[in-house]
Amino acid sequence: MRPDLNLDYALLVPEYILGLLALAIIVIDLMMPKIRKDALPFITAGGLAVAFAVSLLYIDTDDNFAGLLSIDDYTTFFRCFFIAVTFVTVLASAQYVQTHLRHPGEYYSLLVISTVGAIYMAAAQELLTAYIALELLSFSLYVLVSYAKMERRSNEAGMKYMLLGAFASALLLYGISFIYGASGSTSYAEIAAAFEGGTEGFTFGTLIGLTLIVAGLGFKVAAVPFHMWTPDAYEGAPLPITAYLSATSKAAGFALLLRLFSGALMPVIDDWQFMLAAVSAITMALGNLIAIQQRNIKRLLAYSSIGQVGYMLMGITALSPEVSSALLLHMTGYVITNMAAFTAIIAYHNASGAEDVSDFRGASDRAPLLAAVLTVALFSLAGMPLFAGFLTKFILFQSVADNGYFWLAALGVVASLVSLYYYLTVIKEMYVSAPPDSFQQEGRFRIPLIMQGAVIVLTLGVFFVGLYPAPLFELTDSVAAVLFTS
Amino acid sequence: MEQGHLLLALIALPMLTAAVLVLVPGERKDIVRLLSVAVSAMLFAISLYVFIDYQGNGSEQFSFLLRYDWLSNVGILGDDGITLYLGIDGIAATMLLLNGIVTFAGTLISWKIEHKNKDFFILFWLLVAGVFGTFSSLDLFFFFFFYELAVLPMYLLIAVWGSSTRFPTFIRTKEYSGMKLMLMLVAASVLIFFAIFATFVEAGLGTFSLPDLYAHAANGGFDTNFQKLIFPLFAVGAGCLAGLWPFHTWSPDGHVAAPTAVSMLHAGVLMKLGAFGILRLGIQLMPEGAEFWMPALVVLATINILYGAISAMAQTDFKYVIGYSSVSHMGYVLLGLATLDPIGINGAALQMFSHGVMTALMFAMVGAVYDQAHTRELAVFGGLAGKMPRFAVFFMVAGLTSVGLPGFSGFVAEFNVFVGTFATYPWAGALAVLGAGITAVYIFRLLALSFFGSFNEARWGSLKDMSKFEMAGGALLIVFIVFMGLWPSPFVDRISPTIVNFLPGVG
Repeated sequence: MRPDLNLDYALLVPEYILGLLALAIIVIDLMMPKIRKDALPFITAGGLAVAFAVSLLYIDTDDNFAGLLSIDDYTTFFRCFFIAVTFVTVLASAQYVQTHLRHPGEYYSLLVISTVGAIYMAAAQELLTAYIALELLSFSLYVLVSYAKMERRSNEAGMKYMLLGAFASALLLYGISFIYGASGSTSYAEIAAAFEGGTEGFTFGTLIGLTLIVAGLGFKVAAVPFHMWTPDAYEGAPLPITAYLSATSKAAGFALLLRLFSGALMPVIDDWQFMLAAVSAITMALGNLIAIQQRNIKRLLAYSSIGQVGYMLMGITALSPEVSSALLLHMTGYVITNMAAFTAIIAYHNASGAEDVSDFRGASDRAPLLAAVLTVALFSLAGMPLFAGFLTKFILFQSVADNGYFWLAALGVVASLVSLYYYLTVIKEMYVSAPPDSFQQEGRFRIPLIMQGAVIVLTLGVFFVGLYPAPLFELTDSVAAVLFTS
Repeated sequence: MEQGHLLLALIALPMLTAAVLVLVPGERKDIVRLLSVAVSAMLFAISLYVFIDYQGNGSEQFSFLLRYDWLSNVGILGDDGITLYLGIDGIAATMLLLNGIVTFAGTLISWKIEHKNKDFFILFWLLVAGVFGTFSSLDLFFFFFFYELAVLPMYLLIAVWGSSTRFPTFIRTKEYSGMKLMLMLVAASVLIFFAIFATFVEAGLGTFSLPDLYAHAANGGFDTNFQKLIFPLFAVGAGCLAGLWPFHTWSPDGHVAAPTAVSMLHAGVLMKLGAFGILRLGIQLMPEGAEFWMPALVVLATINILYGAISAMAQTDFKYVIGYSSVSHMGYVLLGLATLDPIGINGAALQMFSHGVMTALMFAMVGAVYDQAHTRELAVFGGLAGKMPRFAVFFMVAGLTSVGLPGFSGFVAEFNVFVGTFATYPWAGALAVLGAGITAVYIFRLLALSFFGSFNEARWGSLKDMSKFEMAGGALLIVFIVFMGLWPSPFVDRISPTIVNFLPGVG
């Protein structure tokens, strides 16, 4: 061990809190069966709130832990980001877990543990640490996806996700070994320094390494052509986990990609830029086109989220400080919007058991609030004004166009047009189609207050980003700047 | 208070109304109605005041300026970045007045909406906010923001509150029409998106402020080839909303399927957003591109006039006649713009106002009949003039304006367009006059089939003449038709100096 390593454990306190929280949840689940039924999600949420608050203490820190993890504003941003997503997921899960799943203790503690993985993916400044963090997230998710263990679809989804995920991990590791071979280091900064002088003698190996890394991480964020697991995993997973997959798992992948490509691989940008441009273009085209044919709401949103990955990959392709800040802005807007959509769907599913788009017919009568929230969220995803999607896409696409990828931005706009069509088909079911006959007897669905509160807060968030983006954009701008200062 | 705050009020008031309506319980239909009518009256008053108060500002292009920082010095954006930048010229002032009038009339006529009227008005107010916003935005981002906002609620407005049309062999459903309208308009705005991206990158100013970009253009910031490349994107993208042939097909279907007030606003005001977009984004931003491409637009606009008029002649549905008539009349607007001649553009702006008021009146009247008769087939009516005299008079005023009878606004507008066109493209002028002739044929055919001839007492005996609200809305529109027809100078005094300000080589 080198003497100059900084082993300041105080930098990692938020993760310790999360780890303890995960353990505490299991202990409470085991020891106090009486309170576990109702209180568990709220205990989890409380713990997450504490971790969130503690994370805020690290604002303006610029330090690293043993050269493995950076604790800077970028990490702080994602700490808060992921903890907030888990917080929402936990609250949205409460009713669903009670009615559909067994063993709530492990469910919540796995969610918390996966959050740690996601945070370290954003914080890692070394390839193997990044890899381990990614596996921590992935393994938690494999279990969570197959958590409805009495349901065949859930088992199938978990199995597919795990097998393909393991395969992707192997690709990633193999890619990492090539990069190590080319640069002689796994630390981002040292890789960048090594590549600064060119990759003479190992150009081809570097290219293979980059390809494998793009493929491996492509699997994780569900970029075409590595997306095949996504629809099945989304469809089979318990609904709140689908929401979580679409938010944290994607955002963590991008957090890692952004730090890796800006920190380590910038000098060899010519070797990977075309690759990511192609993947981005195919991803947004295919994801949005295939979504048109989907009849199941989860599969529809799965393909829509694949399309969204295409937009975000644009941001990695045209990598620059401005584009990165636009990417973070877009990602935040997307996650808020997507959580709003999924929370509304979860609440609607809890009340009606809806799975297919056609099950949403007459939703404007049966659950006006949820229908309105889902409409807002879908319009936002399609990039319509007033909502987050319009602004964040506009800024992201304009930034990408500004950095020399006009065609990619143009394709993104066209893909958004396609997405508008299938979002409208959902909106049509909710507002135009008449509710089923059972509506006459049942009347409106009763939606628990906590779900109502959650969707309203998330929807206000969608409007906030759409109408008053300055605070968030300034934040992402300063966060993205961290990546490019060293 | 600065004058610019009036523009802000025009945008903020409808948005706030939409937000307030969200909180009103759905059963209180009376509150929804009263609030909406009150707000629309206020909007009308403000827009009228703005129009009267607008005196131009010498050689300055815009007045009523108001600017708030929104995003600056983040990411790609520079000091000015994106600002909420409001201001109007004479054309915009006229358009604001038009929107105020049509919104007020449309709200009055929507009094009778029973089905989920709260949801209807929430969407309606978003639409209105989008229209006011586009006309008064001086920032490219916000221009586009409001432009899209005006399209956003259209699908639901048509698919939920609209009506399907039964043809002998098929049914054109409202869902289909709504989807077609929405997708075609958003597809067209994709072109505007491209053009905005390219303009921002090419200018390299880090701002979306239109006056800055105009200044940049005036200093030769956009080279000719770039302008030639980008102008068609702006022109076709915005032109689609203006019903530019061959991208007009959403318009008859959409306007027919839409509920009355939405048809009024959409055909009356929203289509003008398209023409306004060609002016603001195309001609003003890319003057050399405009000069290069305008002959092509003259051809398309001429086709618009003739194709729309001939199609209107063949329609069997009351509302489709008006739908195609809108396509034809928007052709005059586009033709006037395409001449790049001050008189022609003056005519185009007058026609935008005139057609807006007139077509709103027509849609309002058809709606009044349809709500009672539940059919719009021309063949089944006849002799309505005897049963519904007031309705017949109102409709005839609209029809005669459409034909271009002196004394009504249509004459003043079309006359200017003709003069401008004859001065620049005589052949197009001749064809445009021919189009006016065809207009007379289909309007008189419509009047003859529905208002005169024998009355089917057994079937239509229960029809009632217009309600008070319909009368009030219609009368408001007619006042402005006659006003402009008899005394156009308040309009011309505002529009002409504006044109001189931005048109190269004039004044």
